[in-house]
Amino acid sequence: MISLAGRDILHAWGKFVFTGIGLGLLIGVTLTMAGVYRGMVDDAKVLLDNSGADLWVVQQGTLGPYAESSSIYDDTYRGILGMTGVARAANVTYLTMQVRQVGGVTPRDVRAMVVGITPDGPGHPGQPGFLVQGRHITRGHYEAVADIAGGFALGDRMQIRRNLYTVVGLTRRMVSSGGDPMVFIPLKDAQEAQFLKDNDAIVRQRARTALNPALNPPGMPGMLDAVITSQSTNPYVNAVLVQIDSGADPEAVAEPIRRWKRLTVYTRTQMEEILISKLIATSAKQIGMFLVILALVSAAIVAFIIYTLTLGKIREIAVLKLIGTKNRTISAMILQQALALGFIGFVVGKIAATFWAPFFPKYVLLTPPDALRGFVAVMVICALASVLAIRAALKVDPAEAIGG
Amino acid sequence: MDKQLQTATTGIQIEGLRKRYGKGDTAVDALKSVDMAVAPGEVVGLIGPSGSGKSTLLKCLGAIIEPSAGRMTLGAEVIYDNKWKINDLRALRRDKIGFVFQAPYLIPFLNVTDNVALLPMLAGTSNRESRRQAVALLQALEVEHRAEAMPSQLSGGEQQRVAIARGLVNRPPVILADEPTAPLDSERALAVIRILNEMAQKFGTAIIVVTHDEKIIPTFKRIYHIRDGITYEEAGEGRDLR
Repeated sequence: MISLAGRDILHAWGKFVFTGIGLGLLIGVTLTMAGVYRGMVDDAKVLLDNSGADLWVVQQGTLGPYAESSSIYDDTYRGILGMTGVARAANVTYLTMQVRQVGGVTPRDVRAMVVGITPDGPGHPGQPGFLVQGRHITRGHYEAVADIAGGFALGDRMQIRRNLYTVVGLTRRMVSSGGDPMVFIPLKDAQEAQFLKDNDAIVRQRARTALNPALNPPGMPGMLDAVITSQSTNPYVNAVLVQIDSGADPEAVAEPIRRWKRLTVYTRTQMEEILISKLIATSAKQIGMFLVILALVSAAIVAFIIYTLTLGKIREIAVLKLIGTKNRTISAMILQQALALGFIGFVVGKIAATFWAPFFPKYVLLTPPDALRGFVAVMVICALASVLAIRAALKVDPAEAIGG
Repeated sequence: MDKQLQTATTGIQIEGLRKRYGKGDTAVDALKSVDMAVAPGEVVGLIGPSGSGKSTLLKCLGAIIEPSAGRMTLGAEVIYDNKWKINDLRALRRDKIGFVFQAPYLIPFLNVTDNVALLPMLAGTSNRESRRQAVALLQALEVEHRAEAMPSQLSGGEQQRVAIARGLVNRPPVILADEPTAPLDSERALAVIRILNEMAQKFGTAIIVVTHDEKIIPTFKRIYHIRDGITYEEAGEGRDLR
């Protein structure tokens, strides 16, 4: 038996191809939405991978440092270093802010996650794992390693709060869970930037302190200076990143830190859970809603197209029924056309998504399993969408071929 | 002659056929008493004004709607005797009844050969054999040179010949032709009737031609008139078509 659907498609290939392209663009958007979600998950995992940590030590009772603010003393790491199973520990500070690129014709603001790290070299917790260009931070101040997604080049100058930094190294795919490019600067600079007040506020703070008799008692001239100094320095970091000894059990290392240091410690698995199920959960639901709506719109479009194409063949269907074509054959013809349309649409959509994904500002990760799932979904949607047209075709009276 | 073009030996016989639409006070008797007999190889005309019951009769003969009473015999087989005696009416239409319509209604996405070959394919014949049968018929109807053409590339007359080939391809004992010459000029209309006569004699097919066409009415040897659902038989002129 010849394929009636195939012949009809070949006969009206232009109609099918152009309809398929239209549908394909919609499927491309759907695949891209899925890719945006995968990109967010991947960004979260990359953030954890790039931190080089096995454990995250944060303020007690918080989900820090990524999902909540966390503040612990910057000498905490010394005590942690002495715990069993800890190989290396380092302070780290994260702050998301606008970084200003200066030196060009016009200054440019870049949304970035500024990471304060101790300049200990590669492999140390918090350090960028590898550079695509340049070198790591070696000086204690005013050097930066930036991600190329921020548009920086070696030698560029950037302003973070009051200070200017020189870009000495470039990374790739070092982004926050929100997809913002990372900028690594020395820890001391980051600590200063994190809580730096403006000059007027500092002057007012000093005046308020001097007027407080409890902080400036008569006969104790050194006390006011000591209080002011403590107010203008920041001894806090957001977290201590810990690398454990090879072969050590992360939970076994974390438990004594929780118990004796009275801090919260997260393992890699727990931190991944926080990032994916808490930090990006709302975004994931948002994208999920979009996917459902796009799937419904795609189904409606396929149903409408197939229904219209079928109505355009009522006379032929009546003739086919009159000359003894089985309902099964007519249903198969419509179903195959719907599936063919879905196939063309999927191919166009996949190609379109692959081409436009790199131009998205955030990372879009198109994975083969998602593509496979998308293909199955498209086929199922097309099959369901053809039901309306099949019902219409089966209702056609063969007498319509005769008229009268 | 080709084995597939062997002569059929059956005709159609209709006795006391009735068709009533609706029930009670609103019931309409579209066919009150239809008696017809068409022998194998014979072409008869069925003529009647609008509303006389022609289309209803055609639908009953074509097993598209069920008559209310009567008896229909196709060759030696009784297909209706106050109820259908055949379970699969679709297969009956496919295998035992050929249709030729006012417009050819060829399937626009199949070429000429496949339009004709579709019926044997639907009956389960292999594609190769179905196409062979189709080509043999197209040769008999002198349109084999358009075998690979699409219907939209054919003239009106060629399309009607292909439609006749489709009606004949499964060797049905009877062909129902619904105003097959309506869209054609006199010359082509007579050509179609000549072909139908030739095919009827060649394959032993009983052909009933429903028509209003004054040009072709004189060509029938027998004519059935239908008026108010009742058929009347009369002898036709049987004008020579050569």
